[in-house]
Amino acid sequence: MSPDLMTSPDLVLALGGTGEAVTFWVFAPLATLAALGMVLARNAVHAALFLAAVMLCFAGLYAAQDAPFLAAVQVIVYTGAILMLFLFVLMLVGVDSSDSLVETLRGQRVAALLVGLGFAGVLMSAIGSAVGGDEGVGLSAVNEEGNVIGIARLLFTKYVFAFEVTSALLITAALGAMVLAHKERPQSRLTQPEMSRRRFLSADPLPLPGPGVFADHDSTATPALLPDGSEAPSSVAAALQDAPGDGGTVRQA
Amino acid sequence: MNPSYYLLLAALLFTIGAMGVLLRRNAILVFMSVELMLNSVNLTLVTFSRLNGTLDGQVMAFFVMVVAAAEVVVGLAIIMSIFRTRRSASIDDANLLKY
Repeated sequence: MSPDLMTSPDLVLALGGTGEAVTFWVFAPLATLAALGMVLARNAVHAALFLAAVMLCFAGLYAAQDAPFLAAVQVIVYTGAILMLFLFVLMLVGVDSSDSLVETLRGQRVAALLVGLGFAGVLMSAIGSAVGGDEGVGLSAVNEEGNVIGIARLLFTKYVFAFEVTSALLITAALGAMVLAHKERPQSRLTQPEMSRRRFLSADPLPLPGPGVFADHDSTATPALLPDGSEAPSSVAAALQDAPGDGGTVRQA
Repeated sequence: MNPSYYLLLAALLFTIGAMGVLLRRNAILVFMSVELMLNSVNLTLVTFSRLNGTLDGQVMAFFVMVVAAAEVVVGLAIIMSIFRTRRSASIDDANLLKY
């Protein structure tokens, strides 16, 4: 932003330009850092959260480029729906399913790094020389009616067939997900009457002893065991300790 | 503000996403990197829409988002069913169709 622009009569346009520059230079480094964090994060949940940050930065960049509808859709569809789906599947698959360190193809990581750097260099230099300093036409003319109205006009006239086909795609995707993720249960689940009937027909219909009670006796006269394996006499009520006991379950420590 | 900065940022993020696809082994992380690549292409479409002064690029980006949503649903279901049979989400383990 040159200083003479700021003093020019077209101050509103110039200020709009600085606002866009500030938006860009805030969101672009954030998006880059979050994308790097997503690729490098060891924990998959952290990667998903970094991806959410990237998506929000993208929404900001869309808003800065006169695309408020796409910015809203980006927040709703990507951060709201798709990333939550990712997080759900991460929780189902297991958060600690980290990467294996075995290299199936030898030298793949180094080769991938080199190819990535080369690709970025070629792409960015090509874009830099192709677009150059062209400011473009801008969207203020087509957005005069409003961005949403403009998009709707195109969507329901020129692209109406693609829009209709989209519905078939979405239904196919929903059906496909249901078919792929569905699991048949081998037998139907036991109901509570069936479980109680099964227990009374078994050899030992009594309930199992509660936790902390030593297995072969569940009488209150059985002393608890200390960590070293010896019995704790204070765990038995005093009235039971000197009693004759039933079958000698109370042993003197 | 020169729109080519947006294109450069999109190229950078696309490359980062491609590196994620090449470097990570967890299928879900590979999938997230694919999402990053799709999004950076969307940014390119929005920028070109602005450069040309028409809204067609934004409509295109909208369609990309719709297709990406459908793709995520089916892809995650595939990852789930592979995980259910093989107890692993690593892409190196899913090599039964290799030979």
